[in-house]
Amino acid sequence: MANVQEAELLAALRRGDERAFAELVRANTGRMLAVARRILKNDEEAHDATQEAFLQAFRAIDRFQGDALLSTWLHRITVNSCLMRLRHRKRHPELAIEDLLPTFDDTGHRVEAGAEWTDDVVERMESGQLQKVVRDAIDRLPENYRTVLVLRDIEELSTEEAAQALGIRPEAAKMRLHRARQALRTLLDPHFAEENA
Amino acid sequence: MPSRLTCRELIDFLDDYVGGSLAIPQRAQFDDHLGRCPACVRYLRSYQGTLRAVAMACGPGAGAPAEVPEELVSAILAARRSQVGA
Repeated sequence: MANVQEAELLAALRRGDERAFAELVRANTGRMLAVARRILKNDEEAHDATQEAFLQAFRAIDRFQGDALLSTWLHRITVNSCLMRLRHRKRHPELAIEDLLPTFDDTGHRVEAGAEWTDDVVERMESGQLQKVVRDAIDRLPENYRTVLVLRDIEELSTEEAAQALGIRPEAAKMRLHRARQALRTLLDPHFAEENA
Repeated sequence: MPSRLTCRELIDFLDDYVGGSLAIPQRAQFDDHLGRCPACVRYLRSYQGTLRAVAMACGPGAGAPAEVPEELVSAILAARRSQVGA
């Protein structure tokens, strides 16, 4: 039973059992590294953030309440570790989000009619190549927008959790996510518009 | 009769509409606009398609390394031993 195994693992970690730590690290490193890569977009930094997250977790293991799974707790620590790194990063030139948002005329109506997207997004996504197209498009979003999209739509944090992690108000997180999704739609348009399907 | 939404105003309601949390009066305005504006219908479909594409490209396990890098596991466990010894 998963809960019993989890409780036994937690007890062993608190005793300082080396095998328990090895088990925890082996079971969770892959997922945590994937999260860190999605947020940081840099393999070396993702390795460092994953290690840092584990060390933070080890230090805090006695305070872990057990109200979430260990893997969920580690996931949160990894996200926070990555966001801390992002805050200290130097900014690089980025796409302007405004250039990726829909445009309207003075009466508030669309300037462009827009292309019809193919109905079989799901089928077309089963091609590995298009999955990479989507991941690359996410990586092209300006960092503030990419981060909120990763936290909400990929890591599945709530608006409140994402806002807290980013140090912004929930309304601001919601607005940023909305703009990120619209910008991503613009970047994907050439790949999913009907005439190219 | 409620006022009609413009395309720009419709965009503001998009996330709540897609997430199913749009209040009934606004939803009626939203649907009314969609009934008159093929461009916004196309935009809505492509927006929903974007969310599906993200879920499929980045869902659980997508992009995760097929094998856990052994050197990283060793580095983490070595760092823990140093942490305990410190």
